[in-house]
Order: sequence, then structure tokens, then C-alpha cells
Amino acid sequence: MKRNDDYAARAARLQGLSDEALHARFWELAKALTDPLLQMGREYTSPSIERSVLLRMGFSSLEAVALVNKCLEHGLLGHGAGHVVFKAAGAWDLGVREAGRRLIALEDWQDIRAMFRKGARHG
Amino acid sequence: MAEYRLDPDSAIDVREILKDLERYRPRRRGWIWRKPAPGLKMGDFVYHDASEPLKRSVPLPPAHHFGGIDPQPAPVITTEIASGRFEDDIRRMRMAAHHGADHIMVIRTAGQSHFDSLIEGTPQGVGGVPITRKQVRAQRKALDLIEDEVGRPINYHSYVSGVAGPEIAVMFAEEGVNGAHQDPQYNVLYRNINMLRSFVDACESKTVMAWGGMAQIDGAHNANATSRDAWKVMPELMVQHAINCQFSVGCGMRPDLICLSTVPPTATPAPCVYMDLPYAVALRELFAGFRMRAQMNTKYIQSSTREATVTHVLNMLISKLTSADIQSTITPDEGRNVPWHIYNIEACDTAKQTLIGLDGLMRMVQLREDGPLRKQARELKERAVLYMEEMLSQGGYFKAVESGQFVDSGFYPERNGDGIARQADGGIGAGTLTRREADYLAPVTAHYGYNNTAQYGLKEGRDPSELIGGCTFQNPDLISYIDELDEEDNVHRRMEQTEHLRRPGSSLVKPEMEWLGDGTVMLTLFFPVEAKLAQAAALEAARRMNLEEPEVISVEIMHPAEGTRIELKGKLPFALKADELVIPREPEVLDEEQIRQAIQERPMSVVAGTVGEDEHSVGLREIIDIKHGGIEKYGIKVHYLGTSVPPEKLVNAAIELGADAILASAIISHDNIHYKNIALVDRLAREMGVRDRLVFLAGGTQVSSEMAREAGADEGFGRGTKGVHVATALVKMRKKL
Repeated sequence: MKRNDDYAARAARLQGLSDEALHARFWELAKALTDPLLQMGREYTSPSIERSVLLRMGFSSLEAVALVNKCLEHGLLGHGAGHVVFKAAGAWDLGVREAGRRLIALEDWQDIRAMFRKGARHG
Repeated sequence: MAEYRLDPDSAIDVREILKDLERYRPRRRGWIWRKPAPGLKMGDFVYHDASEPLKRSVPLPPAHHFGGIDPQPAPVITTEIASGRFEDDIRRMRMAAHHGADHIMVIRTAGQSHFDSLIEGTPQGVGGVPITRKQVRAQRKALDLIEDEVGRPINYHSYVSGVAGPEIAVMFAEEGVNGAHQDPQYNVLYRNINMLRSFVDACESKTVMAWGGMAQIDGAHNANATSRDAWKVMPELMVQHAINCQFSVGCGMRPDLICLSTVPPTATPAPCVYMDLPYAVALRELFAGFRMRAQMNTKYIQSSTREATVTHVLNMLISKLTSADIQSTITPDEGRNVPWHIYNIEACDTAKQTLIGLDGLMRMVQLREDGPLRKQARELKERAVLYMEEMLSQGGYFKAVESGQFVDSGFYPERNGDGIARQADGGIGAGTLTRREADYLAPVTAHYGYNNTAQYGLKEGRDPSELIGGCTFQNPDLISYIDELDEEDNVHRRMEQTEHLRRPGSSLVKPEMEWLGDGTVMLTLFFPVEAKLAQAAALEAARRMNLEEPEVISVEIMHPAEGTRIELKGKLPFALKADELVIPREPEVLDEEQIRQAIQERPMSVVAGTVGEDEHSVGLREIIDIKHGGIEKYGIKVHYLGTSVPPEKLVNAAIELGADAILASAIISHDNIHYKNIALVDRLAREMGVRDRLVFLAGGTQVSSEMAREAGADEGFGRGTKGVHVATALVKMRKKL
């Protein structure tokens, strides 16, 4: 889009605002622009977020990559990669690190998928 | 084994830094500001805006005239150090810390933004360093030692951006990194990373950074660097700052750790302060409560380090007239190459010198509340408000980016249709977001957003990591440390190549600018010819000097026909053996009491003056005057003849007054006039038959002992000479006569 500088016309209605009121307007707009972004962040996750969760659970970066790829492959990322490990650890009665390593080596994830079958979407 | 500590007189041993890294734990988390010291007294002076002094540091060059004081300004001072070899950067970090830097920023290697995971090991970088756990750990460990040495905490900083932002944020929090760049807009506009992914990832990254107490710096300065006319992007810069600030607060960051990366957008020959000041004022008013990271302008930087330095000083004038919590520095050689050691240090010194030189300014000067400053500041704010109103009318942030709203070269609301447009479903990492299911869980600390811990019985408000008995944030022993993944591309292989040059231990000396043993040197040449011919001449001259890989790095026209200034770099293909080098002996110094006694036993008188057509007097007065610790204090009687004393007069006065010695000061050195005058004094004294019974000492800033003796003096004294050196020589030489 091309447009000449029509500042004078556009800003006419802002001229009456005090500096304080203009500042308040500025931050009100910033909030309106960023609130939807923050909301999206609450509702979605990403491979990197899930790998960062696994790092905090004590996995190496290489293990985190392998586990997140497995979760993606089996459509389980929406439950949380850390959750998959946590649940498997509970089911197998292992620590999370041991469970994660077993998951990386595991060929058949049918049982793992079954653990999450009833999950409903979070609205 | 004893814990490794730094010896102030010895090079840092990088080999020691790399030992036992798997067991290293950072000593703290979080950002540390300098401690203000209002009313600080140092030497004869009182400082109003200084911070607590350092335990050890290298002061500015003139400090020896001021008792060696090294006052430190109030803002944190940043230097960016990332040569591609982090092991060599460690030595530079130590030098920078001694010149006043307490914020060490490491630029990432080209391409790391698009690396979809953490990088491990220590591969060599291009234009920066691959940021890895091992590299971060080594540098943080080194900085722990360096901060103890200088006596001030040092903040360590890199980047949380790209498609692996959350992982990098976690690694930084674990490793005690103190600050980071984080701004999803940077991913979107400059790295073409999918915008949805960038903002979702940023929520997690910022939450982790907030837990780690890291200071955050945004990415708005890039709009300044990439827009066609940087001064027209000011309304947008405010909007970019606002989006990242507001978004960060929404992720739980404290405003006092959210720093705006703000650059005075304009540079000379534009009237830059007149244009940049209203912007700086408007920004600080709108963003009260947040912190200002004042960056220096790089947009228009050329290869002249002098020009860059002046621009940076003008930038700091803006910092001083408004405010800066962090004063970043740009090395003045950024326009020509990846920064060299010496230019990091120059930039730190430029910042320290300027800010200390401007200390207290705002107690005397006030910005006007009327006139163009207020008018322009208001106008910029209004333009920024209009900008955001239009974004909302377009349908919000993503729609606005899709329409090319950002980095348009028009002065908003003017539009030139050349902005950077990105699509919501495009870019790297598009389509990689997953909606969280109802049972979504992340059993860790500092996780953003929906997290169904209730399904496992955890009460609201409890830390999700309780489900697994704590995560790495509570228990660092859980961290999985990877040493190296590549057997060839790693620090140990690189260090083997230069081991023969490494200190402590090596007795070889080789010049370097970036890396140990790189052999790089720089020459400054002037040729009395036009620019193209001058460049060719410079290259050929360098080849004949046996420099390898000569390259012209700066050309400045002195006059289109009369001459060209060239700076050239090349590589010296050899190292020198330290034990074969001749180091000039330190001047001998007698005990003060010994000198006094010798003079008391046998009184001594001297004639002194600045010889030739030379009006300099300061140096000689310091050698003579009792109040400067000069030779008078030992009881030596001095007949001071003043400046511009003809050599004949000096010798005649010595004869008439029956003096024991002549002290001749010779400052002007043009065409070797100083040595010519020294030789003349010697010759006249011989002709008059008095040379044998006179001690003849010569001094000056450009005088060397060897050359002065060759010219006929008994001894010569250069820069840094004190009265006691001259008094010692007088006593010892008189004994010989």
C-alpha cells in the first residue's frame, strides 16, 4: 500500500488528549494487540516447548528431540511430551528418565496411544 | 586439586576453565545492576552519577595525571564478544571487564536461529559463536573468576530466539545466564520464522526467563538497522517496543527487567541529536517503569573507526540527556570486520570516558518544556498511536504483518509499500503448533499456559514439577550434560593447533586481533596519490613487508589528488621467542632517603629549561617542582630558565652559576629537532670545555634513553619519568665524575 503522510488529518482527534490520556490510549492499544497472542500461547504448544519441558525433566537435548519426534509421529504432542513420559513412568513403575529412554527405544507405541485415548480437547 | 584462581599478573588459563565442566554449577541466577555511588570522591573530584569503583581495572590513558583513578559510570556497560572461537573470547572478556564492561553479550553463529534444537559441543562459529551448554558453562565459569578479580558482578548474555527459543531459555536458566534478547517480532520480521510459532514459543521462553531473573532486551533496534531511512521508522519502533513489553508483562516478566533496545536512529551528517532527542524523550515517557538499553547506531557505520566513535559519543550524549540503564557499545570496527580485541576495549573506554566526562551534566542542564522538543515528542507518540489503531482495524497483529505494515520506509502514516510482509501460514516452522488437549500436562516449573495438573491431584498454585519430585530448576544434578558430539570440530582440536602459543606456559609471542596466533596486524599508511593508486600501493607495500593475505580495510580521501589514508590488515607469518627479545631496563631508582643524604653531604645545583623554539613546560615542571615530587624535594637547587631557551643560554647559565648539571627538556620532535638540540647542547659544552664537569640529562615525551645518549646526553628520559628517576641519575652520575 502507498499513502502520503496524512498525519495532520488522522491525528486531529488525538490533539485534545492530554499526554497522560495519550499514554493510556497507547497502552490500551498495546494490550488489545497482545491479549490474543497471549491467549493463543495458553492454548497451543510446539515441538520446542515440549523439548524444553523434557530438558527440565532431566533429558538431554538429543533425548528430547527423539521423544518429541515420537510423540508427533503418534499424534500425542497435544497431551504434552512430558505427560507421555510421566504417564509411561507411572504405568511401568519407573523413574521419568528410565521411562523416557525406554520410550525412545520402543518400536510399538500402541499401548502408549491407548493411555491417552479418552483425552478430550481443551476449549 | 586446588581450585583454579586468577593471578592478576598471569594470563587466564583456558585449559583450566575447560576442566571439570560437567561438575560446574553457576553461583547465582539473575541480572545484577551496578551499585550507584552518589557523591563518590575519587582523587580531587566528586562524582554525581558514578557507581561503585572496581577492585582492579585499567583506567583511561590520562589517569596517571590524576592519581590513577578509574571512576565507573552508573549504567551497566555492554560489550559484544563473539569471534567464532569462544575459547579465545574468554581472554577478551577479561580485558573488557578490566576496561569497565559488566555485560558480556555473545552473538550467535549464523544460522542458529533456524537450528531446530539445542546445539551441543563446541563447534567453531561464523560471525558469532554456536551457543551450546558447554560453551555457556565455560564462559560463565570464566566470568565468575573475572568478576572476583575486578570486584563487580558481570552479567552474561545471549539470544533466546529462533525455532528453539524455549529450549535455549531453559538451558540459560539452568546455566545462570543473566540476560537475553527475546522478541518474537525479531523471528517474524528478520528470520522468517512462522509468526504463530514465534509468539507461542515466546510465551514459554519469557516465562522461563522470568523465573531465571534474566534481563530481557527486545529486538526493535533491528528495524532501525534494516529500514531505508532509519529516522522514519521511529513511530514503528515505539510500536514494536510496546508489543514486546506488553506481551512480556503478560508472560510474567517484571517491568524492571524488560529493557527496550533503543538506538538513536539517525547519524551525521544529518543533524542527528536534534532529530533523535525528541524520540528518546518520547520513548522514555511512554515506557516509564521499563528499562532502557541504549544501543549505538550501526545503520550508517563505515570503515572509519574515528567516525564510528564520534557517532557513538553523540549517541551517549542522548543517553545522558535522557537516561540509560544499560549502555551498549558497538565496536568502531564493526563496519569492516568481525570485531577485534582492541576495538572491544576501545568501545568500552569510549563509553566510560564519555559518561564519566558528562558526569553531573543534568544538575546543570535541563531539557526545555516548550519548543520543538515537546512538539516533536508529542507528534511521534501520536503517530505510534495511529499505527496501532490501524493494526487493530486490520484485524490485529498477524493481519497487520501480513499486510506489510512493518519496516515500511514511509514515516507513518506515510506508506511506501515496501514493508516486510509475512504470512501467518508461512515461514520456517509453519504448521508445527499443536492445540493442547484437555489433559495436557507439563510437570515442570515455569511453564506457560494451560497445564492440567489437577488430574493428578495437584492443588492449584502448587508447582507442577512436584509431580516428578522437582525438575532441573530445583535440582541441577538432573541436568544432562553433553560434552562433545563432533570429534573434529571442537575446542580441544582447535586448542591443539595453537598450544605452542598458549599462555601461561608458552614463551612465544605472536600478534593477534581475533584468535590466538592469527598473526593479524594493521598498518596505517598515507600515500600522496589518488585513492585507487593508493590502495594498489598499500597492497604492494604490505607484500614487500612479507605480510600474508594483505587486505585494504579502510580508505579515506584526504584530497582527491593530494592523498589517501589507507588502513590495511595482513598476517605476520612467524612468532617471536620471548627470551630472545631485549626489554629496555627499568630506570634505576635510589631510595629517597639515600638521595636526600647524598645531596645534603654534597649540595648540587642544576640549570633547567625547555630547549629550542619550544613552549612546553608541564613535563619539566613536574620533574622539578617540589609539589609534583620533583627533584627540588631532595634539596637539589634548580635554576629554571623557562621555555624556548637557546642551547647556548643553557650552557652559559650552567657555567655562570657553577651548576653541576643541565636538564634539557625537548618536546617538539618534528624532523628530529629534539635530538638535534640535544646534540647541540653537548657540542657547545664541549667547545666551551665544560662538558666533562657537567651532567647533561635530556627528557621529553618522544625521547628515548638510547637515542638521547647517542645524541650526546648522559641519559635520556621519556614518557612516565618521575622526579626520583632524574634525581637518581644526577646523584649516580655526579659520583662518576
